[in-house]
Amino acid sequence: MTPDPAHIPKTRIVGTPQIRKEGVDKVLGRAKYVDDLERGGMWYGATVRSAVPRGRIREIQFGPGIDWCEFVVVTAADVPGTNHIQMISTDQPCLAADIVNHCDEAILLLAHPDKRRLPAAVAAVRIEYDLLPAVLSIEESETRQEVIWGSHSEEGNLFKQFHLEKGNVDEVWATAAHIVEEEYRTGAQEHLYIENNGMIAEYSEAEGVTVWGSLQCPFYVHKSLMAVFALPAEKVRVLQTETGGAFGGKEDYPSVLASHAALLARKAGRPIKMVYDRMEDLAATTKRHPSRTRHRTAVDKDGKLLAMEIEIATDGGAYSTLSSTVLSRATLHASGPYVCPNIRITSRAWATNTVPYGAFRGFGAPQSIFAIERHMEQIARAVGIDSTEVRRRNFLHTGDSTATEQVIGEPLILDALLDRALKESDYAALREQFARENPKNAVKRGLGIASFYHGCGFTGSGERYLNSLAGIDVTPEGKVRVLVSSTEFGQGTNTILTQIAAEALSLSYDDVEMAPCDTSLIPNSGPTVASRTSMVVGHLIERSGHQLIASLQEQAGLGVSYTRSEFFSACEHYRQQHGKVESLCRYEAPPNVYWDDQKYRGEAYPTFGWAVYIAEVAVDTTTYSAEVTNFYAVQEVGRVLNPTLAAGQIEGGVAQGVGYALYEKVLLRNGHMFNNQMTNYIMPTAADVPPIHVFFEQIPFAYGGFGAKGIGELPHDGPAPAILNAIQDATGENFTFIPLLPEDIFVRMASFSPQEEPAAV
Amino acid sequence: MTPCRGHVSFTINGQQTVVDAPPMKRLLDVLREDLGLTGTKEGCGEGECGSCSVRLNGQLVNSCLVPILQASNARIETVEGLAIDAELHPLQKAFLECGGAQCGICTPGMLMAATHLLAHTPNPTMDEIREGLAGNLCRCTGFIKIFESVIAAAVIKGRETHAR
Repeated sequence: MTPDPAHIPKTRIVGTPQIRKEGVDKVLGRAKYVDDLERGGMWYGATVRSAVPRGRIREIQFGPGIDWCEFVVVTAADVPGTNHIQMISTDQPCLAADIVNHCDEAILLLAHPDKRRLPAAVAAVRIEYDLLPAVLSIEESETRQEVIWGSHSEEGNLFKQFHLEKGNVDEVWATAAHIVEEEYRTGAQEHLYIENNGMIAEYSEAEGVTVWGSLQCPFYVHKSLMAVFALPAEKVRVLQTETGGAFGGKEDYPSVLASHAALLARKAGRPIKMVYDRMEDLAATTKRHPSRTRHRTAVDKDGKLLAMEIEIATDGGAYSTLSSTVLSRATLHASGPYVCPNIRITSRAWATNTVPYGAFRGFGAPQSIFAIERHMEQIARAVGIDSTEVRRRNFLHTGDSTATEQVIGEPLILDALLDRALKESDYAALREQFARENPKNAVKRGLGIASFYHGCGFTGSGERYLNSLAGIDVTPEGKVRVLVSSTEFGQGTNTILTQIAAEALSLSYDDVEMAPCDTSLIPNSGPTVASRTSMVVGHLIERSGHQLIASLQEQAGLGVSYTRSEFFSACEHYRQQHGKVESLCRYEAPPNVYWDDQKYRGEAYPTFGWAVYIAEVAVDTTTYSAEVTNFYAVQEVGRVLNPTLAAGQIEGGVAQGVGYALYEKVLLRNGHMFNNQMTNYIMPTAADVPPIHVFFEQIPFAYGGFGAKGIGELPHDGPAPAILNAIQDATGENFTFIPLLPEDIFVRMASFSPQEEPAAV
Repeated sequence: MTPCRGHVSFTINGQQTVVDAPPMKRLLDVLREDLGLTGTKEGCGEGECGSCSVRLNGQLVNSCLVPILQASNARIETVEGLAIDAELHPLQKAFLECGGAQCGICTPGMLMAATHLLAHTPNPTMDEIREGLAGNLCRCTGFIKIFESVIAAAVIKGRETHAR
């Protein structure tokens, strides 16, 4: 049943397509990204990187042909504090000192006034290594023949493992009508934000460190700089510049680059700019974790799930960075939006000598959702029922419990989402048409479904630990400002948070602006990750607005209803009493949200976004290329705060998901990405994306900003399995891995007799 | 060794300009460094992403691939020249209203590609739009809102032309 739109509260600004707050600057080319900024006396920095996947640094030589007196050189010995980046753990060095653990690891930094002189100097630094055996795959890491991380024990090479158990998995197998087993693999994926990573840093004894950069999480960078420079909080200042895309790729890496630029600034005694070119950005910065997921499922004769045994392994790269939390989210999305009484999930993140994998939109969920949604297709085939029916018979409903025994208390409308997706895509008629036409045509067409959820906000107790603070102030000049560390990088933070503030204060959209993103001015509202900004931070802004109005009514004579000028008069009255007009709120967990980290049980997320996606594909059996010809995305993400921005999030996420499925392949040699150019790492272009049809059902979430849930990551979860399910529908072939390139389809589908070998290409 | 330099003159957004630069300096760097026109962006430096798209003598080019000597006496148009006085270009208005810009880094190049498209094809079909923008990568929007922006701009432009 579709919820009654009358249940959505009436609002003036929330829910309307307000123009992007910083949009005018962007269309005029006036918005300032880090590479557009200069500081007086600024020099440029560059990085000398490891050429080997694992080894001991024996000697560093500064080669001939370069006047090294002109350069400032920084090594690990120049780090005044701890030589470690502060993530969940602190195992990643800021600069490699003795040992390198992956190709492209930073060893040495150079600065020069002329940036064009840097590449030759970087190339002239010769580093000799004593090579150590490298571990380059999950399988090699699992054997522990070489232990590259941790101690030589059971824990060696293992960044993290989770074990989740529900019911009794072992009793069911003997009597199950069907047992379906398969292994699924997903590749690394590059964020490919169009603006590369970049940072400007300054250092002085009096002021400490200041950095300006392209980043998602100002206080992550702040924390690392405090440690690397052994400085107190007030002597580190981080300012976000306009950020040209991030998608998770500017969650942890900016802490590394900011430290590097600031180390050079300290030694050079001048501002330093470091902006990576595309090849360096692709080779040296994080990617999505590759994964291998094994499913073994017991199913009854009608297709009902009886037991699921799921084993997940991810490649974390050389340092732990965010691998434990990515693995956690992968684990918590592995069993899909289905009821199953008996579930066992074992998951492990492994160390390898590759560039550390990191955050990327979806954060582990796209990997495990690819596996479960491909697996549901195999279950449907084993049982002999339709793809829609296998899902419908197992969908979670309100009152059902998830793998972590979280009872879904809110309205849950998966059946309605599926119905809508089937109707909008004309599923039944098209399937019938394709079944009739495919045998006669070289181009085989098909339809595929994925149904899934995405947990909103930090996992488990995460939001409690973050303890975010956010709010609103009113300046003496009569501007209302949103005070957050939540950053804008295209997804719409500025717009939706100002919409929420304006709505809560009964002001106009133009009355509200964002305070500058500067850690010396703003509270820590947490990192801009995990689809948490609209929901968690948005709710803090809504509460701050209502709190400010209540204060003005109690203490400054503001009436129950008021005009704009009465509001600002009351603010001035309040300012005379209190010195400033500011309203901050701290995070409070929704009631009945409990999480047991030890047993991995409870409310994994305060709420979920729910979706059913349908892909329509055409596979050309002459060229073996697969093309997505239409895409239908139906979702329930709570209240839609801005329909234009929300649809833009879905469309952009779907396009990235199409790339994940069919185009984007990271090629590694010795753990170094060697297709590190846009010429040969291929993302979908304007000519490749299908028409994307986006539909929202709205069920406001009581603890999100004006009813919002998370939205940003969800659309990356569904496309890859939907597309491969559609390819199976079109061709009958069960492909279990992504990216799936034409050459992969060729190898599977081209039939050769032994005498008729394919011509060498 | 001092690299050879020379005076190159051209018009930039209608203004006559002379720069003193090495002949092989990229047009992109001349725009950004010598002229302070930072609206034109670098995304890949090898002509793949289109972020640095400008128009040169009415042709759409990747300014990262054009040595400045090739721009001698040329007519160059960049994103900074689209708005006239305070009045946004119809494409700029449409990108704002339709959500064609998200992170904004591809936007200047995309606007120049779209300007070029509409200059030649005032009422483009969806296939013509896809082809016209295929050299410009956007990682945020999935291109859909950009397509809608171009269609909306064509309508606005058509109305303005009609009104004249």
